[in-house]
Amino acid sequence: MNVETLYGLGAAALVGIGLYGLIVLAHPLRKIIAFNVMGSGVFVLFGALAKRGAAAGLHADPVPQALLITAIVVAFAASALAVALIVRLIESTDSASLASDPPDGSRD
Amino acid sequence: MTGNIVSLAIVLLLLALAVWAVVARNAFLAIAGFVAYGLLLSLVWVRLHGVDVALTEAAIGGGLTGAMLIGAVSRLRGTEAAARAERSGAGVHVLALLLSLGVAATLALCVLVLPDPAPTLAPQVAQNLAVTGVGNPITGVLLAFRALDTLLEAIVLVIALIGVWSLAPERFWGGRPGLRHQADPDGILAYFARLLPPLGIVFAVYIFWAGADHPGGKFQSATILAAMWTLVLMAGLADTPRIDHRALRFGIVVGPLVFIAIGVLGLFSAGALLAYPPQWAKPMIVVVEVALLPTLTLVLGLLLAGAPARRGGGA
Amino acid sequence: MSTPGGLLLALAVLLPFVGMLLGLVAGGRHVRRIAFATMLVGLGIAVGIAWAWLQAGELAYLLGDWSPPLGIALRADGPAVAMLLAVAGVVCGIGLYARADFDTPAGSSESRAAFSYWLLLLAVWGSLNLVFVSGDLFTLYVALELLTFAGVPLVCLAGSGETLRAALRYLLFALCGSVLYLLGVVLLYGGYGTVDMRLLAEAVQAEPIARTALALMTVGLLAKTALFPLHIWLPPAHGGAPAAASAVLSALVIKGSWFLVLRLWCDVMPGVAGASAAQLLGGLGAAAIVVGSVVALRQQRLKLLVAYSTVAQIGYLFLMFPMALTGTGVHDGAVAAGVLQAISHATAKAGMFMAAGLVYAALGHDRIDDLAGAARALPIALLAFLIGGVALMGVLPSGAYLAKKLLLDAADGSGQWAWTWVLQGGAVFTAGYVVLVGVRVLRRPAQPLAELKPISLLSQWAALGLSLASLGLALTAVVGPLPASLISNPLSPKELGNTLAVLAIGTLLAWGLARRPLFSITSGSLRGTTQALARGFEQGDHFIRRWPSAMVAMLGIAATFGWLLARA
Repeated sequence: MNVETLYGLGAAALVGIGLYGLIVLAHPLRKIIAFNVMGSGVFVLFGALAKRGAAAGLHADPVPQALLITAIVVAFAASALAVALIVRLIESTDSASLASDPPDGSRD
Repeated sequence: MTGNIVSLAIVLLLLALAVWAVVARNAFLAIAGFVAYGLLLSLVWVRLHGVDVALTEAAIGGGLTGAMLIGAVSRLRGTEAAARAERSGAGVHVLALLLSLGVAATLALCVLVLPDPAPTLAPQVAQNLAVTGVGNPITGVLLAFRALDTLLEAIVLVIALIGVWSLAPERFWGGRPGLRHQADPDGILAYFARLLPPLGIVFAVYIFWAGADHPGGKFQSATILAAMWTLVLMAGLADTPRIDHRALRFGIVVGPLVFIAIGVLGLFSAGALLAYPPQWAKPMIVVVEVALLPTLTLVLGLLLAGAPARRGGGA
Repeated sequence: MSTPGGLLLALAVLLPFVGMLLGLVAGGRHVRRIAFATMLVGLGIAVGIAWAWLQAGELAYLLGDWSPPLGIALRADGPAVAMLLAVAGVVCGIGLYARADFDTPAGSSESRAAFSYWLLLLAVWGSLNLVFVSGDLFTLYVALELLTFAGVPLVCLAGSGETLRAALRYLLFALCGSVLYLLGVVLLYGGYGTVDMRLLAEAVQAEPIARTALALMTVGLLAKTALFPLHIWLPPAHGGAPAAASAVLSALVIKGSWFLVLRLWCDVMPGVAGASAAQLLGGLGAAAIVVGSVVALRQQRLKLLVAYSTVAQIGYLFLMFPMALTGTGVHDGAVAAGVLQAISHATAKAGMFMAAGLVYAALGHDRIDDLAGAARALPIALLAFLIGGVALMGVLPSGAYLAKKLLLDAADGSGQWAWTWVLQGGAVFTAGYVVLVGVRVLRRPAQPLAELKPISLLSQWAALGLSLASLGLALTAVVGPLPASLISNPLSPKELGNTLAVLAIGTLLAWGLARRPLFSITSGSLRGTTQALARGFEQGDHFIRRWPSAMVAMLGIAATFGWLLARA
């Protein structure tokens, strides 16, 4: 098995781990960490594809690598917005729970 | 052979850190694991021959994101206990495990059936790189072939900043983000905040300039500058600017606006929006990058600083 | 490969962002002025694009003069042009409505709400235009993120705790969707070496990589479009935002991810998608219509009713898929129907949210039970609301009517009778909540209404204008390329009879399912049963909108898609 396939399989596992965290972790800050883990799994997969595409004297396919730089920055922006929201939510309501009120008809 | 063993070790350690980041007992431990994870990830990029990506990952993915998460942990005000009480039952955990395993297994299968030889755009990039005037193929893709993506990326950052600013309480609008930090003026933080920034600036400028033909570029450079700025802020040597400061606003928009202006210039001189006439390609690209540098530095630093949290008082 | 007029596509994308950047640096009172100037020019560009398309057919533009797969191409076909024009119109309408709401008050140099609203409105517009014209899947990923980052702060613009929670929920769920979408794009690049949609359409085969990519991307986009059962974030987000923001979110933002599903299934991978998976999409749509409408009838606040009706109307947008993908190629009539439905919903829903906002502003509340006398007090606003609802019911000559006719046509052609029942049934549910609100507002109040706060006349006319646009959308068939033969005489006995039947059954539904009795006639045990049923729906909806349930549902749907695609 070559290196790229190894990293590709590792990436698949990372996506699974991040996804698990996203489903079961209750605190939104932990969810953001899980989201970043899952995102980085996707990025590593892309990077493995880039390495597989080495050709024409280049060590790796530059297009996926360029797209990765864009994606990493976008993921940072997403995390920044989420963290700002979490901090503001906690300041405003002293709770970080995402649960909504049940439809008992008296609260709306 | 040894190369494979090292890669295997890295992957296993990576998975272990990822699991740690997800199952750790509290947020602080998870983030510690996550920062280590980010640094190891940079190593992965180096092994995958993606030095530019490694620099970006180390700077933004590991560094800035980690700093931001650590800053957030200190403001959680005990909400973690409530979150633990909200945990789903064992049934959900099992279901989640099965589904995640399913997704991971499907992806693994896809990895194993990827076409061989791999489809790649490397030959096309290599062929057309000379026209762009830059030597680093990634810079070529980012600023010439797929310039729209880079422009949009800068715009994404600005929109995220507008979003973060919009979260400010009404009474603090126009004020300064974050709290005023005070650090012991004789302490080590203040010492480093005086020592490192000049070095950081030199380093950042080098990486920026080298990015044309070697790994590097504006994102990595801007991150270093933003980190230096954050260090100075944390040591209390300077205060965050008021968000209604005209010069600040101008610095934030100059990058994308210049990029669009150069794009329009390309329309008249090379026939298409965001095109570059052959002799002028390198200078135009340099202008765009120079303009993007303040935008990226300011936005990255401000995203880290957060929403306005106190009244300004003077400019 | 660039066509003349293709440059307009690039301008349509860049102009709103330029406006946003200029507004950011100018600040203060200039923000609103710059926004309006941008709207004017942007509307002109959209009209220009439509004109260029009518002359020359499909438009294309190569950015930087690099052609795919190396570069990025912008393309606009019929559906894209229609959406560009409609969104430009709706943005201008919402802008006129919001002019009064988001004014910088005298005495302050800059207002947080006004600053944020106008800039985010422009950001949404630019991102949507990019979604419609981008021919590159990765650029579309960036566009989706742009849309999300612009939409989320609109939810919590008012700043209250509940809206912050709703905004965070929206952001997190939307990010899950984005990651799954990006994962699909990465897989496609790995399999075929390009992310250009045209090139992929030629290269893609029905094999595991393409199937996995399609399943993941679709599910990610469904999460962002809030299709049942992934609507976890929508009701509180759209119900809690300021009315001008809800209009943007409901009418515009969700159309972006829906349009991408359309592109992926009908343009990029129709061969991979296949008919059985399309049936699943339609089935989810049908479920959305039923659950969304029933829970809408249970709501006590007008804005939440409108938000849940959006959940139902999103279901409509996915009914087109079983008709479009029948295994024998893509049916253009069904695609046209989908686009028409999207535009009808965008205009009508914007009008309805704007009307609800006016009611709230004038009366200080939007409790449906206490709206007696509102029709007399706020005639234009409530006319806008009711006309919007009637338009969505599918009454001639509304866009929804034409869309329904096109879909019935397509269903006939492929022998899918079951869907005709769903289509007819959906109109009945819509009638239900139109009647519910209509009865309440037309009732004479027990005491005269309290002092009304003044509301802007321009805002009222903007709301009415958009609702009327939805009601008259079918008339564009006369000038556009759609078959005008489908429009029959609105006053013919058949059409009138149909409308009356729909209204009648809708009234029955409202009587049975709404919380308070519709008329003061003694409710019987039948009503007891229907009430229990309705409560069951509400509990079920609340259960599915919990985070773990929604995530499990999301992955479950992905797995089901994967299985159906493999069987095809």
